[in-house]
Amino acid sequence: MAQRVAIVGTGQTDHKSHRADVSGREMIQEAVQRALDDCELSIKDIDAIVIGNMDHFESINYVDCWSVEGSGGVMKPIMKVTTGGTTGTSVAIAAYYHVASGLFDRVLAIGWEKNSESDTTAAIITCSDPIWDRFSYSGAIPSLATEASAYMKQYGATQEDAARIAVRDRNNAMNNPHAHLRRPITLEDVMASPMLAYPIKLLDVCPRTDGACAVVFAADGKAQKLTQRPAWVRATSVRHTYTWFGDSTDYDAGLVSLQRASREAYLKAGIKNPAEELDVAELYLPYTYAGLKWIEDLGFCGPGQGPRFVGDGNTDMGGKIPVNPSGGVISTNCIGATALLRVAEAAIQVMGKGDARQVPDVDLALATGFGGCFWSDVMILGAGRP
Amino acid sequence: MATERNYDQLLTVTFAQPMPYEWSVGRHGSRFFQEIRERQRFIGIRCPSCGKVYVPPRRVCGPCYVEMHDLVPLSDQGTLKAFSIVNYPFLDPDTGRQRPIPYTYGYIQMDGADNIFSHIINETDVDKIEVGMKVKAEFKPEEEMQGHMADIRHFAIIV
Amino acid sequence: MDDIAIVGIAQTKYERKKKDKTYFDLVYEMATAAMEDAGMTLADIDNVVTVSNDFLDGRTISSMAVGDAAGAHDKNISTVEGDGTFGAFYGAMRVLGGFGSTLVVVHSKGSEGDVRYVTNGMFDPVYQRFLGIEAVSASALQANRYMHRYGLKEEDFAEVAVKNYGNAKNNPHAHRQLDVTVDDVMNSEKLADPIKLLDCSPLSDGAAAIIIADEARSRKAKTRPIWIKGMAHCSDAYFLGDRDLANSEALKSAAQKAYAMAEISDPAAAIDVVELYDAFSYMEPLWLEGLGFSKPGKGVELLKQGVTPMSGAMPVNPSGGVLSAHAILVAGLARIIESVLQLRGDAGQRQVEAAKTALAHGINGPCGQAHCVWILSNEN
Repeated sequence: MAQRVAIVGTGQTDHKSHRADVSGREMIQEAVQRALDDCELSIKDIDAIVIGNMDHFESINYVDCWSVEGSGGVMKPIMKVTTGGTTGTSVAIAAYYHVASGLFDRVLAIGWEKNSESDTTAAIITCSDPIWDRFSYSGAIPSLATEASAYMKQYGATQEDAARIAVRDRNNAMNNPHAHLRRPITLEDVMASPMLAYPIKLLDVCPRTDGACAVVFAADGKAQKLTQRPAWVRATSVRHTYTWFGDSTDYDAGLVSLQRASREAYLKAGIKNPAEELDVAELYLPYTYAGLKWIEDLGFCGPGQGPRFVGDGNTDMGGKIPVNPSGGVISTNCIGATALLRVAEAAIQVMGKGDARQVPDVDLALATGFGGCFWSDVMILGAGRP
Repeated sequence: MATERNYDQLLTVTFAQPMPYEWSVGRHGSRFFQEIRERQRFIGIRCPSCGKVYVPPRRVCGPCYVEMHDLVPLSDQGTLKAFSIVNYPFLDPDTGRQRPIPYTYGYIQMDGADNIFSHIINETDVDKIEVGMKVKAEFKPEEEMQGHMADIRHFAIIV
Repeated sequence: MDDIAIVGIAQTKYERKKKDKTYFDLVYEMATAAMEDAGMTLADIDNVVTVSNDFLDGRTISSMAVGDAAGAHDKNISTVEGDGTFGAFYGAMRVLGGFGSTLVVVHSKGSEGDVRYVTNGMFDPVYQRFLGIEAVSASALQANRYMHRYGLKEEDFAEVAVKNYGNAKNNPHAHRQLDVTVDDVMNSEKLADPIKLLDCSPLSDGAAAIIIADEARSRKAKTRPIWIKGMAHCSDAYFLGDRDLANSEALKSAAQKAYAMAEISDPAAAIDVVELYDAFSYMEPLWLEGLGFSKPGKGVELLKQGVTPMSGAMPVNPSGGVLSAHAILVAGLARIIESVLQLRGDAGQRQVEAAKTALAHGINGPCGQAHCVWILSNEN
């Protein structure tokens, strides 16, 4: 029988666009030490480690092996799990299965990226098919731009609706001492920022960040001793629905992978009405339009209702389901760590350690990952032991 | 040539060498390039289960998980489903140099196909390009073709 | 640990260049072949783990190329980057953690990239890479260290190569099947002293897949389930200078843990056949020492005493091992697959008689930084 699993500690680095003060290994160590400190463990107490990033962003092959002096993997089981933008959630889910399997009791999940070490767009382009897509592909923005324009056309959403997401997340980041971009912005700032690819403007998209995140997962029986309020893993689900760029373009159907993954996760967690039952969501929203459209795919509201749902304040702090109290991806984006930060921040909310960004009385929290070829990962955490 | 280094500051070490690869195109993919060279037309492949036509042709329909064999001749024309005029500079991993901008990245639904084919559209004026326009592939001269996506020079707007 | 078993296997022929096959082709062929072997369809596969490497494939998110090929369109899926034994380890954990079955599929085409660049990429970009160090030269350092420590000779390692190339003649999947003598190995081209061409595995293209299932699901499979009795992995330090290259502490740790899980106190007595990751000839005796089959420095004696040939009490690498076929990443999963074939009694010409318990072994990183050890049995 699978063991029950909970998150008992989280750690993240100080995020900046360029951490010239630390090597990659040192930056990883910074996050690991903070996660261990958070649950008062030493690296000796850790049974196994899962680490992830993307090879070509730093040009390091076998990162699991390269990292050990920073990740704590010397004379321990360590493995690398990597799936692109979803890497952080994939790492978290792998750590979950390490513990659930019964083979390990305390497992460290690590996601990291030093985006400053390469041309991020060039590195992202190398994820496109080398024969069919690389010749014309230009990184993540154009495919997101096409999704956004299709959504605007279908439901009449506006650039201002999207800008509101940036304002929400960037202002939330003011409450998060770890966030990378901590300067409040207004709707006018977003609208006046340079157009990158219509309708996406500079302040609609995530930054490039150097940073790392570490999360400690522990088994039932151990978890309760490590922290007063563990964040129990209630459900995980993954859909990497598409292999080919040209198949993932039916935007009218919505983000199919997120629809499928979230429905499976809700079923596992016994959630029938997500907007009512979930208390907070940390969503991997790499750009603002996702904050309108993907909450529909998550079932927070009906198709086309995203702008209204957000406009009515439902996703603000104090609203029905606050989204991204941390400031989200728009404020901090160290790609291999980004989705793990969502898991860590969701856990922080359940554990009641959010300080200025804390949502009161969180019982159920949702974290998502996004990446690859319009892929989605979902993790649901809860205060109650499943 | 040694670069001027400021040793009073935190240092970085640079690596800028190309890594060579030689990727197999596969049976159906090779046929795709042959058709382009010999007949200046596209071919797709039809799923025996759901009937979807994919271009470029591939071996397996993912949702149905069945092997496909039925190659379908297509024309050299399609409909622009989405586009983006790319304005930001970035390093092209194919050449190691900055890719010239602006250029227009297009999602094209080839006539008779159900999925999207991506390529470059030779129009960078946002006032002259619209979703829904008909586009037509323009090919390199046969003697310059190399079995590469660049054998299709770009798509041009025809309506 | 709950009872879990390997119920389906498939591997390609390993060869220098599979020009006609894309990654997608290889993965599709192996995924479907493993399902056919198990008597299962895609509906019986609960989740998928793919294994690939972005440096080898020349593609960020190399796993993206093979999701549809692995049947993962609407399934939970994840990707391990590392040797196939590590991918299988994750696949097994996902069964122990609640899935009924996992398909694990691994591909690599060493022929498509530049293996010197790819393995140079394992080394530290600031301090080591400019030295040009890569898999062969690093391993040469390790071989040299091993010889110096225990007074071993190049001929000792050449004997291992002769045995494994000979064994490979019984394995239709092997890439390099050779009738060679110790002299032939000694006289082969010097690559990086003391490693010569025939001490070094060939770079192969290939793919492989296994299906791991829980007890209930195993009963539905048409094959004899091969039970996973123990599995463990462990990493040593990163920098070669921080490790004892002639004595793998990480392997010892992984092996001891795997033996404990399998309730094995005397591995030499309990294990009937071994498939280990001999990327270079010196690795076989070195890993046998780490696995506890001999004292440090005495691994080469096992062959001289007749323990490890096909005729011995514990044949090592009946398949010809990695020396006879080295598709990076796939090679470790191939060790598991060869062990399964032995325990099913389906190993053909390379069958070890009445094998009941097998050990399979894989490595990650330069000079075997990390080791993964599996104990498999045909009895539950």
